[in-house]
Amino acid sequence: MSLFNCISNQCPLGSNFGSSNKLGSFGAVPQLGGAQRRDKSRNSRSITAYYGLKSPPYKLDALEPYMSQKTLEVHWGVHHRGYVEALNKHLAKKDVLYGYTMDELIKVTYSNGNPWPEFNSAAQVWNHDFFWESMQPGGGEMPTLGLLQQIEKDFGSFINFREKFVEAAITSFGSCWVWLVLKREKRCLAIVKTSNAINPLVWNDIPITGLDVWEHAYYLDFKNDRAKYINTFMDHLISWEAAAARMARAQSFVNLGEPKIPVA
Amino acid sequence: MALRTLIARNPLRAAAPAASRGLQTFSLPDLSYDYGELEPAISAEIMQLHHQKHHQTYITNYNKALEQLDAAAAKGDASTVVKLQSAIKFNGGGHVNHSIFWKNLAPVRAGGGEPPHGSLHKAIDSNFGSFEALIQKMNAEGAAVQGSGWVWLGLDKEFKRLVVETTGNQASVVVLILHSTPSVSLSSQDPLVTKGASLVPLLGIDVWEHAYYLQYKNVRPDYLKNIWNVINWKYASEVFDKESA
Repeated sequence: MSLFNCISNQCPLGSNFGSSNKLGSFGAVPQLGGAQRRDKSRNSRSITAYYGLKSPPYKLDALEPYMSQKTLEVHWGVHHRGYVEALNKHLAKKDVLYGYTMDELIKVTYSNGNPWPEFNSAAQVWNHDFFWESMQPGGGEMPTLGLLQQIEKDFGSFINFREKFVEAAITSFGSCWVWLVLKREKRCLAIVKTSNAINPLVWNDIPITGLDVWEHAYYLDFKNDRAKYINTFMDHLISWEAAAARMARAQSFVNLGEPKIPVA
Repeated sequence: MALRTLIARNPLRAAAPAASRGLQTFSLPDLSYDYGELEPAISAEIMQLHHQKHHQTYITNYNKALEQLDAAAAKGDASTVVKLQSAIKFNGGGHVNHSIFWKNLAPVRAGGGEPPHGSLHKAIDSNFGSFEALIQKMNAEGAAVQGSGWVWLGLDKEFKRLVVETTGNQASVVVLILHSTPSVSLSSQDPLVTKGASLVPLLGIDVWEHAYYLQYKNVRPDYLKNIWNVINWKYASEVFDKESA
């Protein structure tokens, strides 16, 4: 008897069935903790857990002309789906990984810098969920209110932040991600570059928004013109709404208002 | 016809002095075949972008970094010299690797895809069991590279044997920027010699996504399977014979 509904691939045009809380973790919730299914055909009564491919919160052509439908079809439908399937294959083989939430799974398989093979799949599933939700049709422009204030506090101005973010993305070597994170210890925003599948969760920081700078993210639309892709993302795709929501939630975990009391 | 410059030059030796100090700069080497001649294994579109855009960008940035290095060294600016190392390693590595890569490829009319004979063939058999086994191994390792990188067939001069190596993004690398320029060492364009000082590259296959994406999308294994049809074993044999003498 299954404890959760078995949720598999979703209709791209449908609503996010089963994911009631978009902000369940810092960013995307793949499914409600995965589904369980008891395999009655085997004597050992093993349990398999798996994740489903979550669709972006917009139709695949909604980001045109800034990110083509073709790109989304391949990037989401093939790459992202491939990571989900690889993850499920891994989880089926490794009982010790059963029961973790996605965030925990990423931290555990990262294993403090010596990642297990499962890490790549798990992290890339999370990264891409986070990425789709970091964009929206009619995105771009500027953040407002509290998030803008925090950016101005930590970077001087939004222009400066934008410059630094774009520079980080342009100068990243190879397959990378660029993030705006809220550093938990330092209690400030920062820009972080990571390579391959690594994301800020592994250092227990809180991602606010992110950009995929692997070549597959932009090659079909921009060929080698990475700078144009990055600027297009900043000008037309980035969802400051999503970022603000993540920031709001982050503030329940990081006290940004605490005054710095000088030690006498 | 592919773009060809009028002067033949060794691309891995600098072309013309730039500054008054005599700093040598580098320029894009020619291909000895047209962009379309490697079809259907690699499309003309990919070859042109790969050569004229990606490789050229590595060269441009390498020259820039060298100029900056020169200026910083002249001023005794040690921290800038150190900060430039990653840009030099990455862009210089990209230039070195791609220069070898163009020679590793040849159209079928020029012997592309024809397996090696002679001493290299013997060495492959003794090191890997068979030619097919080597192909399989390189395909498997190439497909397994996460992110961006290269798969190499190299000659280990010290131990006099052939090896298959990969150079690629390492999962543990990260950069944090707050208010300063980042300094990072990523291996995705590292030349083979970074894996071992005695290693000489015979064959390299670029498995960065830009090398195959427009044609193969994410199906890197298909790219690896097909590229053997245009691999220039003549060049690899020449290098092998020269370096193992």
